[in-house]
Parts: sequence; C-alpha cells; structure tokens
Amino acid sequence: MHDLIAYTIFGLVTASIYAIAASGLVVTYTTSGVFNLAHGATGMFGAFVYWQLRFAWSWPAWLALLIVVGVLAPLFGCVIEKTLMRNLADATEATKLAVTIGVLVALVGAALWIWDPQTSRPFPAFYAGSKVEILGVPVTSDQLITVGIGVLCAVGLRVLLYRTRIGLDMRAVVDDRSLVLLNGGRPDRASMFSWALGSMLASLAGILIAPYLQLSVIPLTLLVVNAYAAAVIGRLRSLSMTVVGAVIIGLLQSYAVGYLPTSTVSWLQRLPDTIPIIVLFIALLVLPHQRLRGGASRRSREAFPLPTYRLALIGSAIVVVAAIVVGPLLGTQSLFSMSSGLALGIIGLSLVPLVGYGGQISLCQMTYAGIGAVVWAHATSRGNLLGLVLAFVVAALVGAITALPAIRLRGLYLALATAALAQFCDTFVFGLSSVTVFGHTIPLFGFGSLPASRPNFPLLREASDRTYFVLLAAIFCIVGIGIVALRRSRYGRMLLAMRESPAACAMLGLRLTTVKLGVFSLSAGIAGLGGALLAGLSTQFAPDAFSFFQNLPLLLLMMAGGVAMVSGAFFGAVALGVFSAVGSMSTLFNRAASVLPGLVGVGLGEQPNGVVADIAAGLAKLGRRGARRESAAPAVADAEPVWEWSGLDAPLNKQELAILDTALGVKAGV
Amino acid sequence: MNAPLIEFRDITVTFGGVTAVDKVSMSVVPGGIHGLIGPNGAGKSTLFIVACGLVRPRAGAVYLEGRDVTRMGPHRRARLRMARTFQQLELFGVLSVYDNIRTAAEIRRGWAHDHSDCGRDTDEVLERTGLREMADERADRLPTGLARLLEVARALVTKPRLLLLDEPAAGLNEQETLALSSLLQGLTDDGLGIVLVEHDMDLVMQICRVITVLNMGQVLKTGNPGEVRKDHAVIGAYLGSAEVSV
Repeated sequence: MHDLIAYTIFGLVTASIYAIAASGLVVTYTTSGVFNLAHGATGMFGAFVYWQLRFAWSWPAWLALLIVVGVLAPLFGCVIEKTLMRNLADATEATKLAVTIGVLVALVGAALWIWDPQTSRPFPAFYAGSKVEILGVPVTSDQLITVGIGVLCAVGLRVLLYRTRIGLDMRAVVDDRSLVLLNGGRPDRASMFSWALGSMLASLAGILIAPYLQLSVIPLTLLVVNAYAAAVIGRLRSLSMTVVGAVIIGLLQSYAVGYLPTSTVSWLQRLPDTIPIIVLFIALLVLPHQRLRGGASRRSREAFPLPTYRLALIGSAIVVVAAIVVGPLLGTQSLFSMSSGLALGIIGLSLVPLVGYGGQISLCQMTYAGIGAVVWAHATSRGNLLGLVLAFVVAALVGAITALPAIRLRGLYLALATAALAQFCDTFVFGLSSVTVFGHTIPLFGFGSLPASRPNFPLLREASDRTYFVLLAAIFCIVGIGIVALRRSRYGRMLLAMRESPAACAMLGLRLTTVKLGVFSLSAGIAGLGGALLAGLSTQFAPDAFSFFQNLPLLLLMMAGGVAMVSGAFFGAVALGVFSAVGSMSTLFNRAASVLPGLVGVGLGEQPNGVVADIAAGLAKLGRRGARRESAAPAVADAEPVWEWSGLDAPLNKQELAILDTALGVKAGV
Repeated sequence: MNAPLIEFRDITVTFGGVTAVDKVSMSVVPGGIHGLIGPNGAGKSTLFIVACGLVRPRAGAVYLEGRDVTRMGPHRRARLRMARTFQQLELFGVLSVYDNIRTAAEIRRGWAHDHSDCGRDTDEVLERTGLREMADERADRLPTGLARLLEVARALVTKPRLLLLDEPAAGLNEQETLALSSLLQGLTDDGLGIVLVEHDMDLVMQICRVITVLNMGQVLKTGNPGEVRKDHAVIGAYLGSAEVSV
C-alpha cells in the first residue's frame, strides 16, 4: 500500500509535467493550425537558459523563472509565429510540420553549440531536500510544487479560454478563422498569443522535468512525443481530455517502473520509457474514424512537373559519369561522406512517392532503413543480392504493420504515429540483442553493433570504396527512374489525386486506406533497401545510425530539394554528403553543419517546392524570355489590351471590343 | 416498379445539440432530376453528406436501389454507382483536366473489374461536356464555371446511375448555366437519376421533374415545380410571409 501511494504520487508529478506540455501543444495547434513538433525543443532550450541564469550565473530562482517563462519564452513564441507560422496558413500539412521540425533541429543544434554536451550540468530541483509526509509517504517539496503548478495551469487555461476576451478570440479562431476576420476580429493576434502561451508552457514543462531527466538535449527535446501522446487522447482538441491523458500516461509509467520486474528481465529494462508511445498507439486504434472533410479547395503552392523518361535517363547518365570522374578526386573522408549522402539519398527517395505524391508524412524512414540494415546483416555475410530483396520485403511488411493503426486517420496522426514508432525503436527495439516471438528468435543488434558486407554485383565483387561510391550512384539512379515510372503510371496519378482531394477520391470509389497502406509499405521497402546499402558502406554499424534524430535532417533536406521530384532527392543527397564532409573538417563546421538543416527546414515555409523546382521554373522563365526576344518585333503588333485588372476573367473578343470602342468614341484598335 | 435509386427513411442528423435534419424521408426515381431546395440551413447539405456516407445519421436509414447502405463508407457507396460533385470544389488541382477525368476512370476500372477503355471513356466525357479544348489545362487554373463542369465530368466518367449535384450552377454565367441545363437534361434521357441542390430557382423550376423543399430540417413539400411554386408554406419559408407574388 505504501509503495502504491508512493508510485501514484510520483506518477501524478510526471502527469502534471506532461499535462503542462501537452496543453501548450493543444492550445497552439487548435488556434493556429500548426502542430508544433519543436514544442519539446522549446522546453529543452528554456530549461538550458534557466540553468544558465540560475546555476551558472547564480540568479535567484524566482528571477530566472520569471525571465525565462515570463519574458524570453513568450517572446520566442511571438517571433516564431510572426516570422514563420503566419505564412503557413495555405501550406500543406507536410510543409507545416517540416517548418516546425526545422525549428526543432535548429534549436537542438544551437543548444549543443552553446552548452557543450560533454560537461555535466547538475540541475537540482526547487527546494531540493525538504520533505513533507502524505499518508505516511515522504514527498519532496518540488514534487508538491510541480503538481501544484500543473493544477494551476489546467485551471488557469480553462479560465483563460472561457472567461477572457482573448480566450474568446482564440476559441472563435478555432471555430472559423475567416469568419473571425470578417467580423472584425484579429485571428493573427489570437494565433500569436497562442504561440506565446504554448512556448511559455513548454519552457515551464522543460524546467520542471529537467531535474528528473538530467539536463541533456535529446531526452528533453523528445518530451514532445510524451506530450502529444496525451494530446492525442484529447484528439488534439480537448484540453480536459488531454489532462486525463497525461494522468493516465504518468501513472502507467510510474507503475511500470515500480511493478515490472525490470531488474531481473533484461528486455523490460527500458520498457517504462516507452509507455507514452504504447498508450499513443492504443489511443490511435480506438480513436473514432474522422469524417472526411471536403472543402480542401486551397490552391497548393506546390508545383508538380511531370517527369519525362528522357530527362531521367540523361540525368542518370550525368550522375553516374560524375561519380566516376569525381570519385578518384575525393579523399577517404570526403568519399565516405559523399557515399553516405548517396545511400541516405536512396532512403530519401522513399519519401518521394509517400510525401511528394501521396501527401502522407513519415518521420520514421530511418527506422525502416535500420530494419533493412539488420535484415541485410543477418541474411548474408557474403553480399548475396537476395539479401537486398529480403531487406526490401521485410521493411515493407514492417511498414505496413506499423502504419495500420494510424492509416485510417488524417495525415497528421500518421506523422505523429511514425515519429512515435521511430522513438520506440530508438529507445527500445534497437537496444535489444534479439527478440523471441512464438519461440522464434529474431536476432537484432546483438551486443551493440553488427558487421555488414557490401552487395556483390556480377563483375563487381567486393567493391572498393570508390567502386561502391559509383555503385551507390547507379542504384540511386535506378531507383529514381523507377519512381519516375511510378509517377507516370496510373498509380502515380491516383496518389496525386488522393493528395489533392481525399474526399473526391473516396466518392469515386477509391478505398483510401488501401492506397495509403500500399504507398507506405512501398516507401518503407525502399528505405529498407537504402538502409542495407548504407550498412554496407561502413561495413560495421550501430543502431545510432538509425536513430530518431537521423530522420529529421533527412526529411528536411529532401523537402528542401523538392520532395515531389527525384532530382530534389538527389539535391538532398548531395547536400547531406557535403554537410557531412564539411562537418568532419573541424568542430566549428561540425556544429554549424548540425544547425544548417534546421535553417533549411525553416526556409521551407517560403519555398515549399524546394530549390530544384524553383531552379527549373527560373530556367523555364529564362527560356521563355529568350524565345520572346527572338520574336520581339511582332510582339508589339499582337499586344493585347490589359484586361486582368478590369474585373473580367477573360479578354474581350473583337466584337465586344468594337462595341466598347464605339461606345467610348475611340477608333478601333487604338 | 423498381426500387428507387436512393431512398431516405426518417433520417435524423444532429451536430452537437443542433438537429440539422429531422425525420426526413425522400426517394428519387431513375430518369429525372429531383430538385432539393430550401433556405440556408434547411438541411440540404447535411442530407447530401448523409447520402454519401460522410456522416452517419443518428436515426433512420439510407437505401440505394433497395439496399440498406446506412453503415457503408463513401467508397463502397460509390461502387454501387453513385457519384457526386462538391459545392466547394474538390478537383485534383495539380492534374490536368484530362488527367482529372482519366484518373477517375482508372479508379472506376480498379473496382468495376471490367475491361473498359479509360482513354476512350475520358474522351467521350470530354466531348459530352465540351471540355475538350481545356483538356491540357491544370485544373486549379480553370475559371469557376469550367471547374464546376469538370466536377460533373469527373463524376460522369464513373458511369453512375445516381448523380448528386451540389450547387453546380453557383458562380456560372447565363450562358454556362444554359449549357449545364441542357447537359443535365441530356443525361436524364439516358436514364440517369439526378439529385440537384441549387439556389438558382429558374434553373430548378425549369429542369426538375420533382422538387423537395426542406425547411428547418424538415420536408416542407414534395411535388412538381408547378405545385411547389404555388405552395403557401414554401413561399412563406422563402419570403418570411404568406403573400403570393408568383
């Protein structure tokens, strides 16, 4: 009984922190329509700044808290809203998420830059040491304070939303943004306020949880996953259900720590960390099917040029020849960096049909790549090509199974589920040496790292580093051409149609879940193949090559290149290679290289098509200008009357012009 | 006689505490246009989304050609040869006009399992709707009138027996409305049943064989245009008084 009370109290402490973080997430999402994946990173950064003020510079706790939570955090939220999020109103879900991922990566990079992760930073809790007794259980003051703040936040938010003018504005914006605007309200102000509030709550949660997690960048950043697990129980809308979700997760996690035989059964050791994710998946399974909403008539800014085989073949030839020429010029380190860029590029290609064509978002392609790599390593030690096929198939199957819970829901839920899956594999599955299912032992990462061979192609057995570089370039091109073929096929058009209007597709008789599931497993399969090739590159690989965080720069750079195009993925691959090559030159470059993908992602709000599409559009414009110059003389004679501003939606025809001319008393044609 | 193409029996739909549709019954027979009119908020759109399976009614049942489809999802109903257009356009914006129709034809072939020629079906619909000249235009660059026509064309290529049109004439000019009206009449001659939600009363009165008037979620009147036009309750609902000015 004593234990139960103790674990319950500790569970409520964690629950309070999750509730604070999750309600911040919900408030921002409902008011501004942008789901902030950088929520945890904001909390992490807040905790670090607090540490700097409170412990490095020895400010009093109340002042440091006031400055961080009351001044800096809301300021940061406002700036983010004003500079980035406001422009995203008509962007696709993928672009919105990518921009927040950009913020996340930039914040993580900056934190690692400013606060050297090697030094330890003790982060004592408020009034550490002082205790009171509740029902015979000693409870520390900071635990009481945390629960108190949690309750205060929940009540405060409720009052704010239902009893104040700005709260009314925020709820109105949730209901109908354009109606608020038409009635003289200011949705932008409500939106900005919600970002400030979200940012405050995030930093508060970060500061409160830091004593329990230690002050380190990654775990604090990943707090967002635990927070949105609670938010999903509230269907990303309801604050009260979100708090209930936080309590469920907090208690379950605490009981798991207390009652699971974690010290005797080794595979259970890290299970408690994954409780929020398990709860999330259960919540996704029982979440009611959402109504297909119509009215998606927003004009997407994303442009989709139809690729041609001719261009794809010419491009491929250039890439392979370039690889042959450049390979011998590169030093060992740069060659390795560029090769890994290409292998990552193949994993990145998996995003083209999924994100680019199908409009679905996945944040766990590296996880599928990791599965492909493990399959490859265990299937063959002599580079048998069938191992690649197996890597593809197993990754595709795992992809299909893992996507099932979220596939019937809206795209955002799929993105959240995939991020949770990546996190689950990262903290739990990839840490296991093997899994036993129904008596069959499936080997995983063994004792930390696995040896992997390079695939043996006919005539190219046991490829050297340079040969493997060219080989990777060639495989990239083959997969790329396959994706071009997919885009030109019936299936490719269907994916685009689904992306543009799921409601219309359903009403044409298309079963959306089947199509989504199909493209998701295809994409996971390609990622698995890329993972096997990446493993072959370094011949020895550890699970951290396929961690949750590896997904983020990959997605960002692919989107920066243009995720709807194979050439965009190539741009992403080269960029990844160059960043890695530059990063290996010095620590300064390394730090800069880890911030850069974040900045690139932040820029996606302005350029959702990616650079390749913009370059192509620029070239096309240049081409047209050239053509026009050639025919400049007759152009004067053909000059059309200016009609765009006249409110007409088509130029007047000759007859109408004549009538107009007579009416105005001017000579025809003047 | 055959079962009606679509039949609503005592449909009730509530959103939160608001009853949008209250025990509405209505049935549509093949080969004619069935108008569905009523002031804003009467429940027309709600009945539409209930027909498509985008919302489940709180009570009542929907039958397609005698078959209870109340619990079926949208795609399964579409496979029973029901198609619709959207008031707020739901075109595949980045695809060309041709590809919009062709993709719909291909989706249909995917579930119909017949060997129809999608290219030929697309061409036929392009001819019939007069969209041939715009075939290569991107759908999101079309002016409203043509975009609405494309919605109709895309629905037609799935070879439906029942077509639900949600304000197809909104934003159309006089000429386009005329063209639409003759297109729709031509379609019913081939045995297609059409449900038309429309605010353009001239169009509705001119082409509908039967009209159902909804008001405040309930059926106010069902009858032919002449009867509806003279009905005092209908006039009252529209004008707020019982003065006859027709």
